[in-house]
Amino acid sequence: MARKEYAFYPGCSSQKGASASNYLTSVESMCKTLDVKMTEIPDWNCCGASISYAESGELPRLVMNARNFALAEQNLPGQDIVATCAACWLGSRESKERLEHSSVLMADTNTALKEAGLNLKVIPEVRHMVEVLIEDLGYDELAKPVKKPLDGMKFAGYVGCQTNRPFGIAGESFENPMYLDKLVESVGGTATQFDQKVTCCGGALAFSEPDKAQAQIKDIIEAAYDSGAEMLVTPCPLCQANTEVYQGQINKKYGTKFNMPVLYYSQLMTLAYGGTAKEAALDGNVIKARKLEEFAAK
Amino acid sequence: MSDMNQQMTARYKNNFLKEIEEQAEMGDWVKMCMQCGVCSGSCPTNFHSAWDHPPQELFMMIRAGKRDEVLESGSMWNCVSCYNCYVRCPRKVPITHIMHGLAEYAYRLGKAPKQQPTQFLSKTFWDNATKTGRVNEVKLTQTLYFKNGLMDGIKQAMAMQSVALGLVKAKRLNPMEAVGGGHKCKDIKGIHAMLAKARELEAQRKGRAA
Ligand code: SF4
Ligand code: SF4
Ligand code: SF4
Ligand code: SF4
Repeated sequence: MARKEYAFYPGCSSQKGASASNYLTSVESMCKTLDVKMTEIPDWNCCGASISYAESGELPRLVMNARNFALAEQNLPGQDIVATCAACWLGSRESKERLEHSSVLMADTNTALKEAGLNLKVIPEVRHMVEVLIEDLGYDELAKPVKKPLDGMKFAGYVGCQTNRPFGIAGESFENPMYLDKLVESVGGTATQFDQKVTCCGGALAFSEPDKAQAQIKDIIEAAYDSGAEMLVTPCPLCQANTEVYQGQINKKYGTKFNMPVLYYSQLMTLAYGGTAKEAALDGNVIKARKLEEFAAK
Repeated sequence: MSDMNQQMTARYKNNFLKEIEEQAEMGDWVKMCMQCGVCSGSCPTNFHSAWDHPPQELFMMIRAGKRDEVLESGSMWNCVSCYNCYVRCPRKVPITHIMHGLAEYAYRLGKAPKQQPTQFLSKTFWDNATKTGRVNEVKLTQTLYFKNGLMDGIKQAMAMQSVALGLVKAKRLNPMEAVGGGHKCKDIKGIHAMLAKARELEAQRKGRAA
């Protein structure tokens, strides 16, 4: 039996061939080393994300999340739900709180769930992968399997918003959370003094109003360079995508020369644990992390 | 005027605050605002002159009964759910949710600005996600770029081509999704039935004509 077991909620963006599929690969490698077993919630569905608010209304959005809870409760009893995407985590956890808070919404939710043959009694805990690493294992345990410390590499830890607000990680401040820096350091890397670590990247506006979002992304990357970082590291697939894939367009618009790789913490950990470039899914980065590719080959 | 707008105007007469409290998600919190302005000062989108009315101002206008001005405003559509205001508000007003709630209600009433890009994204995203239970990123992208017609879509898609190509090369965007591969839930039927029921129950509870 594995040391820890969780009901895994990968979310749409982490599926195979989707925009954060490299996140999934590296999380799997990392969990294998740490002896953590993640079982996908059977037939899970999308949480609806924050952006669907106008079309969905309240109850339909809650019901979508409740379906995942019911499936987890039924198939993986007693296990906490763990999400890797900040937005999935936020959407599910917010739904949990709202349902537990209101018996009216809970009753309506169960009436709707019946149409899909489901019923919800106790909502499992909903946690972010990073919480599990820090709270259930702890930095010392995370440092133990390190075979190749990321010596001398400088990372700007970009926490972004939704992993940080409104719930955040227990014991951390909203203005200057330290856990991502500590994760980087527990695998031997150096975290820079990065003053845009919790700045919003513009979120879904990157799609609907790109000019507005790109102005925000530009400030973030600029500050990362100013802090002396070689790479950015994030805990969230949306932050990752937004800060990585628009750098080329920003360069065109502003005459900047951005070319900064954006990694997931799970990729760094996989490499430090002695994993290959493939296990860390470095091929999934649009801006290639050459330095890490060389490091992995050594 | 839309039917629902007529129905609500008649029901609430000139009590717009009450209307928001009962109809908009988390609207019953508006009266807790003490007009300190922290939310407006915390909002990242405020810097890009996106907001005609930052949250604090919208809440004041609701109390002042400025129904048309609030519901027709583009402001709440610019909220990016960053939760800056939410964690800083001294009265613990769930501002982010109220912004979404106001936008949703304005949209249902048919009063939201037409051609609002984020509104379009919201609809596209939800439709996309609930069709199969999971988001199809390729179709989502296509629908978004082609929203203004074919020529404009091609222009926008060309501008985004380097972005998309990068993702395809990195195996993070799967062109097969566009032709019906893609991810789905098994119990799509159950999901649709449950959502139809949820919409029905919500309309009932809020006394809205179906
Ligand atoms: S937040 Fe995004 S990735 Fe997560 S389930 Fe919802 S749509 Fe999918
Ligand atoms: S994608 Fe942007 S808006 Fe969304 S959580 Fe990350 S930083 Fe915040
Ligand atoms: S921060 Fe809170 S109390 Fe202050 S103006 Fe905004 S909503 Fe009102
Ligand atoms: S949650 Fe919305 S309203 Fe609040 S600060 Fe962020 S963008 Fe502004």
